[in-house]
Amino acid sequence: MSAKTRLPVGQEAIQLKGWFNAHRFLLLRRLSQAFFLLLFLLGPWFGIWWVVGTLAGSRTFEVLPLTDPLVLAQSIVAGHLPEVTALVGAVIVLAVYALIGGRVYCSWVCPINPITDAAHWLHERLGLQKGWQPKRTTRFWILGTVLLVSAITGTVAWELINPITMLHRGLIFGMGFVWALVVAIFLFDLVVSRRGWCSHICPVGAFYSLVGTKSVLRVSAVNRVDCDDCMDCYAVCPENHVISPALKGKDGETPLILSPDCTNCGRCIDVCSVDVFAFTHRYDNRAKKTVSTAVDAATEQAA
Amino acid sequence: MSATGKPRSVDRRRFLTDTARMAGGCAVAGTLLAYLARDARALPAEALRPPGALPESDFLSACIRCGLCVRDCPYDTLKLAELGEDGPATGTPYFTARTVPCEMCDDIPCVEACPTGALDPGLKNIDDARMGTAVLVDQENCLNFLGLRCDVCYRVCPVIDEAITLEPSHNTRSGHHAIFSPTVHADHCTGCGVCERSCVLPDAAIKVLPTRLARGSSAEHYLKGWEEKERKGAPVVEGIIDLPDRMPEIPGTSSEVPAFEPAFKLPGGGQ
Repeated sequence: MSAKTRLPVGQEAIQLKGWFNAHRFLLLRRLSQAFFLLLFLLGPWFGIWWVVGTLAGSRTFEVLPLTDPLVLAQSIVAGHLPEVTALVGAVIVLAVYALIGGRVYCSWVCPINPITDAAHWLHERLGLQKGWQPKRTTRFWILGTVLLVSAITGTVAWELINPITMLHRGLIFGMGFVWALVVAIFLFDLVVSRRGWCSHICPVGAFYSLVGTKSVLRVSAVNRVDCDDCMDCYAVCPENHVISPALKGKDGETPLILSPDCTNCGRCIDVCSVDVFAFTHRYDNRAKKTVSTAVDAATEQAA
Repeated sequence: MSATGKPRSVDRRRFLTDTARMAGGCAVAGTLLAYLARDARALPAEALRPPGALPESDFLSACIRCGLCVRDCPYDTLKLAELGEDGPATGTPYFTARTVPCEMCDDIPCVEACPTGALDPGLKNIDDARMGTAVLVDQENCLNFLGLRCDVCYRVCPVIDEAITLEPSHNTRSGHHAIFSPTVHADHCTGCGVCERSCVLPDAAIKVLPTRLARGSSAEHYLKGWEEKERKGAPVVEGIIDLPDRMPEIPGTSSEVPAFEPAFKLPGGGQ
């Protein structure tokens, strides 16, 4: 056991499943992040205007409007009633993330995610302490504060410092001083607080976790009976408190990771050498039974 | 009872201290954010908002900084404010007249593009846009005011003869020329900035300023007698006496104008 825990995270999975299969969802995620960024850059770089705008608001193929619902919410509490186009765009975004998991935005789309992931990678390499760990509820407090300040000042307050839209806008329209903001977040995650920004601070993540509370797409610890307690999933998960209830649940308790904090990044599926986890839908409560209960059931049936 | 009561009160205490700490932290952070938000309201004078932009305070609550107006502007006029430049709120659209003015497209694509209505979709005629007001800020360097016929600002104005007119007056320096002073009529000026862009001086003598800087305002109770008279079609006050105008005495012309004579003299008054 101790020899095993000293192995680098995911090493066993790489040996058993091969490097590619042990990084499947990580690679897909990076591809997805690059894809969504490229969609926006096709216009300014190559003159292919399929998607115009930024993550805050865009227009795809001249018809499909998409709007960041949190930005629009701030606009509304600030006292502006938006036009139908923006409202429709926000409803579409909300509906999609309500289905596939709100924080899918965080791990599959948000341009800050590669930055904080890089900070975490370096943090691990340097073997740094986890540092200041604000409560996970902090982000909800910040979300509330942002909406309150928007309402009081009559401005879209978070957009004054939102690194997500600023970086995205910077990449598409011109950087200005945004790089400093990105460096600040990288350093914050590296030396101040491990996984600090995305898992504790960012109100956008908090907002999307609320959106995805009832999402249909979920990770499930279907094969939790096979778990050999290597802890790799805990090490790799950016929100690792979501794992235990599913992984360590008793028979009859759901194997689904139901916490809205889960970003559906799929890294736990990657690093598990015994394939405990899998993507499924929230109504799929099946879990492989432990041997004893399976025997019990068999004897019951036989009787 | 006490066994179950105690941990509960510890829980409550922890909850209360945690909540107080969070609320305190958020109050500090929120105050800083509010300060930033207030700071961002100061729009610099040279930064003009696109046509149809709501008043600045409303605009900042309505604009989601998506950049769609910038993309749909066919003239490279609009820019998104970048973080760190001492300019408009980060991410909001603006233009600088002297660099690239607004070309006043008939179909107003920037307004069409705006998904939130930060650029008022009610603006259908670009001539109704009020992005700012042109002001002839430097009469001393303006070539027309020096007696030349530059006229460039007048001739490039998309609302020529309405927003800018040339008002002739006598050139007292040369004595036999005219001065054609470019005169802005704010009622018609859209603030597009073409005049400022075209001014031939190294620094424009005519500039488009935000209306709040460009204009004064008339007191609500102030009535202009001649307008009231015209509206009524008769003198506003019946039977008002029109007193004769008294002209100043100009030396050497006394032969035409009779010398000043008091209407009546005080009895016994000395000369």
